Amino acid sequence: MLLVVEDVEKSWPGASGPVPVLRGVSLSLDAGETAALTGESGSGKSTLLTLIATLDRPDAGRILFGGTDITGLTDPEAAALRRNRIGLVFQQFNLIPSLSVAQNLSFHARLAGRHDPDWTDTLAERLGLSPHLTKYPEQLSGGQQQRVAIGRTLALRPDLVLADEPTGNLDEATGDAVLDLMLALTAETSAALLMVTHSTRLAARLGQRHHLHSGRLEA
Amino acid sequence: MNADRRRLLQMLACTLPVPALGQGFAGLGSDADGFAIPQPDPSFRFPADHGAHPEFRIEWWYVTAILDGADGRQYGIQWTLFRSALAPEDRAGWDSPQIWFAHAGLTTPERHFVGETLARGGIGQAGVRTDPFEAWIDDWSMVSRARPGADAFSALDLRANGPDFAYTLALDAEGPLVFQGQNGFSLKSATGQASYYYAQPFYRVTGQLDLPDGPIDVTGQAWLDREWSSQPLEANQTGWDWFSLHLDGGEKLMAFRLRDDGPGYAQANWITADGENSHIGDGAVTFTPLGWTDIDGRRVPTEWRLQIPARGLDIATQPLNPHAWMGTQLAYWEGPISFSGSHSGRGYLEMTGYD
Amino acid sequence: MIWRMGLLALLSYWRRHPGQAVTLVLGLALATALWTGVQAINAEARASYDRAADALEQTTRPSLVPSAGDRVALEDYVTLRRAGWQVSPVIEGNLSAGDTRYSLIGLEPLTAPAVPRGAGTGAEGLSAFFGPPGQLLAHPDTIAALAGDTDLPPRVASPDLAPGTLVGDIGVVAGMLGMGDALSSLTVLTGQPRDDAALAELTPDLHWQPPREGTDIGGLTRSFHLNLTAFGLLSFAVGLFIVHGAVGLAFEQRRGLFRTLRALGLTARVLALLLAAEMLLVAMLAAGVGIALGYVIAAALLPDVAATLRGLYGVPVAGAIALRPEWWLSGLAIALLGTGVATAQYVWQLARSRARATAIPRAWARASEGALRRQAVLAGAILLAAPLIGLLGSGLAAGFSLLGAFLLGAALALPPALAGLLALFERRAKTPLTEWLWADCRLQLPGLSLALMALLLAVAANIGVSTMVGSFRTTFTGWLDQRLAAELYLNLGEDARAAELRPLLDATAEAVLPISAVDADLAGAPGRLYGQPDHATFRDNWPLLAAGPEVWPRLSTGEGVLINEQLAYGADVAPGDTVTVDGTALPVLGIYSDYGNPRPQAIMGLEPFLTRLPDAPRHRFALRVPPETVPEVMAELQAAGIRPDQMTDQAALKQVSLQVFERTFAVTTALNILTLSVAALAILTSLLTLAALRLPQIAPVWAIGLTRARLGALELVRAGLLALFTVILALPVGLVLAWVLLAIVNVEAFGWRLPMHLFPADWAAICTLAVLAALVAAAWPARRIATRPPAELLRRFADER
Repeated sequence: MLLVVEDVEKSWPGASGPVPVLRGVSLSLDAGETAALTGESGSGKSTLLTLIATLDRPDAGRILFGGTDITGLTDPEAAALRRNRIGLVFQQFNLIPSLSVAQNLSFHARLAGRHDPDWTDTLAERLGLSPHLTKYPEQLSGGQQQRVAIGRTLALRPDLVLADEPTGNLDEATGDAVLDLMLALTAETSAALLMVTHSTRLAARLGQRHHLHSGRLEA
Repeated sequence: MNADRRRLLQMLACTLPVPALGQGFAGLGSDADGFAIPQPDPSFRFPADHGAHPEFRIEWWYVTAILDGADGRQYGIQWTLFRSALAPEDRAGWDSPQIWFAHAGLTTPERHFVGETLARGGIGQAGVRTDPFEAWIDDWSMVSRARPGADAFSALDLRANGPDFAYTLALDAEGPLVFQGQNGFSLKSATGQASYYYAQPFYRVTGQLDLPDGPIDVTGQAWLDREWSSQPLEANQTGWDWFSLHLDGGEKLMAFRLRDDGPGYAQANWITADGENSHIGDGAVTFTPLGWTDIDGRRVPTEWRLQIPARGLDIATQPLNPHAWMGTQLAYWEGPISFSGSHSGRGYLEMTGYD
Repeated sequence: MIWRMGLLALLSYWRRHPGQAVTLVLGLALATALWTGVQAINAEARASYDRAADALEQTTRPSLVPSAGDRVALEDYVTLRRAGWQVSPVIEGNLSAGDTRYSLIGLEPLTAPAVPRGAGTGAEGLSAFFGPPGQLLAHPDTIAALAGDTDLPPRVASPDLAPGTLVGDIGVVAGMLGMGDALSSLTVLTGQPRDDAALAELTPDLHWQPPREGTDIGGLTRSFHLNLTAFGLLSFAVGLFIVHGAVGLAFEQRRGLFRTLRALGLTARVLALLLAAEMLLVAMLAAGVGIALGYVIAAALLPDVAATLRGLYGVPVAGAIALRPEWWLSGLAIALLGTGVATAQYVWQLARSRARATAIPRAWARASEGALRRQAVLAGAILLAAPLIGLLGSGLAAGFSLLGAFLLGAALALPPALAGLLALFERRAKTPLTEWLWADCRLQLPGLSLALMALLLAVAANIGVSTMVGSFRTTFTGWLDQRLAAELYLNLGEDARAAELRPLLDATAEAVLPISAVDADLAGAPGRLYGQPDHATFRDNWPLLAAGPEVWPRLSTGEGVLINEQLAYGADVAPGDTVTVDGTALPVLGIYSDYGNPRPQAIMGLEPFLTRLPDAPRHRFALRVPPETVPEVMAELQAAGIRPDQMTDQAALKQVSLQVFERTFAVTTALNILTLSVAALAILTSLLTLAALRLPQIAPVWAIGLTRARLGALELVRAGLLALFTVILALPVGLVLAWVLLAIVNVEAFGWRLPMHLFPADWAAICTLAVLAALVAAAWPARRIATRPPAELLRRFADER
């Protein structure tokens, strides 16, 4: 198993004590497998994603990545894991504003020391970004920005892609097109994909489907 | 800052016998600071006594003259050299404790001109020499041109100037020196404050006044006073009113009253035309102010009634110019007057302690 | 109602964010403080000059001075008074107590035009002033310095006197100086007309000297003053930048609040008025704090400044600060003006562009690229215009305008120059991280440019002023070495005494060089003419700036004169031209430097000088002796009856000069550190302003795989790099500033030009200090990034900003 989530709990501090967000969540994902995580706003799906991404730590439970528990990683270890093996695509396009499209595309891969210019070029071509390489993020439309984010993640050839509502800010047509590309390219790189979405229509296109309700998974 | 120089000089004024903090009578021969004290029955020696007496605190050479101008108008002048000692001795150079200052006044019916100058003793800027006699400060002077053998004061040349006036006068005495008070010992209070005091009241004057409108030849009569002492006024004495009168009959009258919180202390000397001198003691002279003049906020009695019943004298005086205010560091009123009544004539009035 | 609620809402923000409130007030206060402090020192120094000039009213009155020698006979005074002349005697001399020299003045209070307050204080009155023992009037500071000196007459405080001056009765002072009956000069009183013919008849040894220019003292000290003024101007500029930054921060941090208030129905106009009122409140508060701080700065620095001015130019300055309206009002003005300008700009922005509220930083940066280009063009134009101002204008005003234009141009040119530099480095970057580092630097530039401009000005000012002071020191001490080539200088006071002692001098010294000087009319202006013997001491050492052929032989045979630089500038003559000396035209053989003296001066060979002026004084000598024997020789001369105050030991004099410069440097260094601190604070507030914008720029990089600690470190590196570049660019600006001060402003103000010396070690120190200051300023924001909770960073991916 590439990813195993076991009984993960997480609460946020609230005005009258901690507010539980995740109350014992478990799931697993094999290499190359795709899964959708659905649920209402505030159901904890984005939180679960950030815990898996090592951007935050669970209060209880374990998360195994490639057989290693990653909940206890130090800051530098977690950063190295994200740098080398995990790709992130967020609803907010999380591009680096000071870098051009080309620089953004290659940034993550170069940081990990795995930059393959041909593959990056291919990605740019496939994502329709070739005419925009010298532009800066804020000069692109939302769909274009999200395609840069996807390209940046896949340029790394990560083991796991974590996507949080990647099409949430896009209109439906654009969103579908972007999702198609992401699914196709993820499959090509044999990366596993865990995608948070509130759309059951999109979730239906992925291998597994998990629904979060009040911090618990409902099958 | 100039104001401070004024203050400094006012301190100097404190050493003069004008109303000041009382320094009482401290002994017979000398006071607490070692200054000599005038003693009764003096015997004067001339020409030495025409000169300075540094062992006394204060001394002056004082000339007033009533003048008639070639223009038919009346004038008056004052020439005074003061000596004030910080210590009862003299030393050469800057160490000299003697301070000299002088006032010159020139009064016309409309105007009153004032000149003033000061000098340190010991360096030659001011002083008095007896043989030949000369009293000087800066370019002011009183120089004797007496015949050999004659009294140095029998003939004098007098000159002084101010910012807008000057005068040069020749004085020739037509009578003897006169010793005021009792043989030159002039009491100033009932408790014994006194000065040495003699005068030459018999001068005929010729000379020239320089006024802003041009020179004027003048003739007239003058009166010289010499006085020295160490004793300030009594604490309760506030000033004096002093008259020197040339009576039309040729007599001279010197009368003064020291004002205090009571009736005051008055003294006079009656001098006949041939120089016979009688002393008139306290109680025999009456001073009554008749008219007042407002001078820069000060109320000054410029018209007087003077009575000496024993001599049948009852006169009223009128100033030539009621505004004859000497606005010097040490300020007082001094100007020519005329009088009428039982007697008539002209003279000078000096009033201190009104500022 | 809406007004009150709005204002309460605005103010409540500060209650919840006291740190930000403190930063805002502190920023404003520090800018005000620096400006106020420098102004206070300037005001105090200026007041002291005026006091020195007025104290005895001597500078404003003509005087009678000896035609030869430096003594007036007492008989001359009496002769003049008895001829009706309105004059008053004066004695002047020096008094050494400890290692301080005081000027001692004797007045005759009965004739003096003015007597300082305090004279004759006490029951004794005038007697106390006359003495014995007499009184010495002095400024309270001087009295404090002399406390415990039992050899002197009792001291009395006088507020009229400048520090370092003692005034006593002429008799007391004559005794102290051993003057006997001699006087120094006679002050001519008001109303005394000039009558040279009468004077010549009465006292042929005296001549009428017109009033000394009241500005002489000021002229001398303006050189040092200029340093302070330059600092004042620059602190003003730096202050404006920091005020701008602080106000910007206050607005940036509350954008959300403004939006909310607008949404609640507050009109843009009401909000703008509320903000203006709020900022007025803040400015008043900060001005109060700043003025108090400025007072502290001035009070701390003034003793050094006073010591410097006294030592360098003999100008006494009180060691205490008075609360003068001119400086605290100017402090209030800068706080209000600075806040006003900045507030107006932000309020206008706020009222105008609602879209701005959500502006994406990069878009801001990109939009400002156009602005940067425009700014570069403007800066270029101003920089080109600056020399034109210098060429077309003349006088001090033009010099300062040139400086102002140049500094403004340089400051405006900084952001475009930095942007260019950063782009260059970005293109050369090899790793993604360095690429990002440079790119992000460029992104931050618009937000930091004000602070960086302030830093540029601060560093340039520091380099400029320290170069100027350093050049002054190097030149002045070098010049002292040259001018004071002989080991010992004697002033025996009287010719007869000098003649009497001459055999002893000849026996004691290797060489005895007579020096003689008289006041003379030089090219129509009052100056001083020296007679100087032909000797290797002068030939080898005299500092000639320009010389014709055969200077020294021709000088000794009387073929011409040497003139000082001031006279050369004033009369516009060069070697080969002629200059009139007391009406006679004489060829100029050479020009020598003569720092610290505003008056024209000329030197003639001693023999032709004495032939021409047989009555000139002959009682001053320069003695050559082996340097190590100086104390011995001095003891020997003293045993022969020469007073210590008649001897000047060259080494001791140089020692004093050097101490003075050390103090000057202490002041300069203190001001350096202060301006840098203010600039550093500007950087801090700017970085804090940017902090809110930084998160969305940093969070993606963190998510991609960089630790927060690393990101924080990179923030620090970025600030350091920006500061370093700024400092490097500031170096040439500072050097040009120094050059303008030395070569243009100095000449306009004082008539001499100082050669510029370079002090790379100083630059290194200032630059290091500046970068360190920037790093310290960046440390806190960087630490905040390194320790920021992940949750806050995460929110960037979900929230709309």
